[in-house]
Amino acid sequence: MNPQIRRLFFVLVTLFVAVIGMSTWWLWKAPDLEARRGNPNLLVKQLTIERGRIFAADGRTVFARNRKVKKKSLGRTWFLRVYPRHKLVAHPVGYSTIERSRTGLEKSLNDYLTGSNANLDTVLNNALDKLKGLTQKGNDVVTTINARAQKVAMDALAGKCGGAVALEPSTGRVLVLASQPSYDPNLVEGHFNQILRTKASCGSASPLLDRATQGRFIPGSTFKVVTAAAALDTGRYTPSSRFDDPGYCIEYGKKVSNFADQSGPEVFGNVSFAEALEHSINAVFCNIGKTLGPNTVLRYAQRFGFYEEPPIELPSEEVTPSGLYRKGRLFLPKDPNQVDPGRLAFGQERLLVTPLQMALVAAGIGNEGIVMEPTLVDRILAPGGKVIERSSPKEWKKAIKARTAAELTAMMRAVVESGTGTAAQISGVPVAGKTGTAETGVSGRNDTWFIAFAPADRPQVAIAVALSGQSGTGGATAAPIAKAIIEALLKRNP
Amino acid sequence: MYIARQDVVSTASLSYAVFFVALFVAAHLVVRVALPDADPYVLPLAGVLTAFGLTMIYRIDPDLAFRQGLWVVVGLVAFAALVLFLKDYRRLDQVKYILGLAAIGLLALPAVPGLGRTINGASLWVGVGPVVFQPGEFAKVLLVIFLAGYLRDNREMLSMGSGRYGLPSLKHFGPLLIIWGGAMLVLFQTNDLGGGLLYFSIFLAMLWVATARWAYVAVGGVLFAVGAYALYHVTPHVQERVAIWLDCSWTVSNACPVYKEGYQLAQSIYAISGGGLFGQGLGEGVLISPEGHTYIPYLSTDFIFAGIAQELGLAGAAGLVLLYVVFLYRGFRIALMADDGFSKLLAVGLTSALAIQAFIITGGVTGLIPLTGITLPFVSYGGSSIVANFLIVGLLLMVSNHVNRERA
Repeated sequence: MNPQIRRLFFVLVTLFVAVIGMSTWWLWKAPDLEARRGNPNLLVKQLTIERGRIFAADGRTVFARNRKVKKKSLGRTWFLRVYPRHKLVAHPVGYSTIERSRTGLEKSLNDYLTGSNANLDTVLNNALDKLKGLTQKGNDVVTTINARAQKVAMDALAGKCGGAVALEPSTGRVLVLASQPSYDPNLVEGHFNQILRTKASCGSASPLLDRATQGRFIPGSTFKVVTAAAALDTGRYTPSSRFDDPGYCIEYGKKVSNFADQSGPEVFGNVSFAEALEHSINAVFCNIGKTLGPNTVLRYAQRFGFYEEPPIELPSEEVTPSGLYRKGRLFLPKDPNQVDPGRLAFGQERLLVTPLQMALVAAGIGNEGIVMEPTLVDRILAPGGKVIERSSPKEWKKAIKARTAAELTAMMRAVVESGTGTAAQISGVPVAGKTGTAETGVSGRNDTWFIAFAPADRPQVAIAVALSGQSGTGGATAAPIAKAIIEALLKRNP
Repeated sequence: MYIARQDVVSTASLSYAVFFVALFVAAHLVVRVALPDADPYVLPLAGVLTAFGLTMIYRIDPDLAFRQGLWVVVGLVAFAALVLFLKDYRRLDQVKYILGLAAIGLLALPAVPGLGRTINGASLWVGVGPVVFQPGEFAKVLLVIFLAGYLRDNREMLSMGSGRYGLPSLKHFGPLLIIWGGAMLVLFQTNDLGGGLLYFSIFLAMLWVATARWAYVAVGGVLFAVGAYALYHVTPHVQERVAIWLDCSWTVSNACPVYKEGYQLAQSIYAISGGGLFGQGLGEGVLISPEGHTYIPYLSTDFIFAGIAQELGLAGAAGLVLLYVVFLYRGFRIALMADDGFSKLLAVGLTSALAIQAFIITGGVTGLIPLTGITLPFVSYGGSSIVANFLIVGLLLMVSNHVNRERA
């Protein structure tokens, strides 16, 4: 029997060698398997990195930090995220969790926050940390958000459905990015149902939706600024061009009446172009739209950044382009007959825009016609505090001539001084603005707007505030909110 | 506060270690007194494997490790009792038919209404009051004893072929077929594929060692293939297992975790691949989520090998496998040196039983062969398994003692 026993030994040893061979094969395949859905290895690897913190523009106010979790069963120290400001900056900052992955800057800047960006400093630091057996540390991010003004904006929007964006026109720095209803990112892990149960005054609360960058609102009369820019920049009109307002405009043989979002009488009679913007007279813009044609108006919209995702540092799926929408999709007509030029000119038609885009329009006018790239990140710091990257202002769009911008500024100042936007007046500070009240087809459920920049002569802040489900006008509902945010921001730069 | 807690933990683990060492020193003394000429490596090997398992189970769930520790005590007591009271293992040869029938009885026990407990789709357990045990683990030992005795008696007849066409007569082969067929029936009925594969492999290995006839292995292989094919078509459970294996082995395709049970194989493979060459470090692996559940289901029983590969890496896993190979070597060495057929076949049978069982489960969790739930000997959590395996060690040592004394 002994020969058989010896052979059996080799057979069984071969089987064991095959098991080890199989295990080796899996080691070989590890890079491929790591990315597989449900594989906890990579996720946990990232959780054991001391993720970088996220700060407000002051570099001190913490928007996101870590909580160390050390349980014997977990084996190692885990770093879970804490958001000390709760709902305040939930949308721009986002969350980083195990169960629901990441959103916002937590997602788009993940490489920096985990220190896996290929930056010489970071690579050296990580290699040293590994050698020393230290926890790998990520880079800190300082945002451009002004925590105090953000709080003013979130408080002012509380209880409503809407968004507000404030920018620095000369640099594109985003100072405020507010959206309500908001959510507490601390609840995403484990208590997500609480977020889903959020109630709101408007139809669906959708607290995770960033209404400032993804909210599609009907621009209404705020779009008249774009139409006016086209009218002036093409040289077809001047601020003193004269119009006759009969109280309506005739399109396709039908009367399109003026809307209540105008101060003063229903019929203005003979007015200048400047007065038409000041009092937001639909009939005048309707006729301008017919004269210019939809293609010219839309071309100018594109020069302000419509039909593109604004190049902000947020994940692409959290930024929506603005423009005409047909069946839920962005639509740029080839044939001008597909668009109603009159309604387009005063911002109805099928235009849907985000507060971010309208803030960029205001910023472009305030910055002599040049739209800067919007940015949320001021600088990125290595764990020691050394700056490894600093964002610098970049030009995004040349929208209009500087002269056009100056003419428009004067017209928009009149809106706040004596037109529909008087609620945004700030003593000692000239404000240039434009109101908007867009009908959604349901009475008492208007999208209301206010866009502005201030001080009008030397702009430091450009802003857009949009609300949905309002019964009042933009001048009554959105303008006071814009005013409060501008005041909070200008207090910083006296 | 934290330091204090760590202090408590380290004292606890230290006392575990001291207790464990004391236990094996006691077992070793029993062997030295009762079986002075026995192989000196077998018990320490079993001890190292058990320590491997206890450490891993402690890391996964300290309470479970405590219970496993109790089972080790029971196993070593059973071991000592066997060694001290049986005295001459060859007496088992005289009662082999009773033991064979007892094995079948044990296997059928879970099918008895009121006694059987079904856990995870397999009806392998028997519950008497609070005690739940797996009779199959003990049946394995009894079957090996029966086969050793029976094959010794009939090996000439079986290897020469006394009937027509060189085939053995039914008189010699019949009882073997009956016992084996009964065991297979019971196994399929209880849905225990791992057990079926194990018993069948032990049977073929012992038959081949006894007779040296490849024809038996070939016929056995065909029989098994036919049985497996029939089973594949009858049982959806088996069809799913094979589908999982095809989708998960070699590639871990995206279809793999779609199956409810594919998830566990995928997680097992992720753990092995993530362990790398030297592992994440003991206690540092990705095994338990922050919510406290293990990523791999049944981590401390069927999938303990994957946990070891995650924390100790390929090196640790290979080391563990090497321990089984050394155990196999020592066991077969005892068989080689034995001069009577019964001792030879008993040693070969018991050793192969352990080795084949280790292969079936390590091959299963690495995706080499279809996964069937079975314990990794000495390492997995499981009372019946621990006790039965220590009985195997006891029998092996008794054979070894006898063999060496005859030689000296």
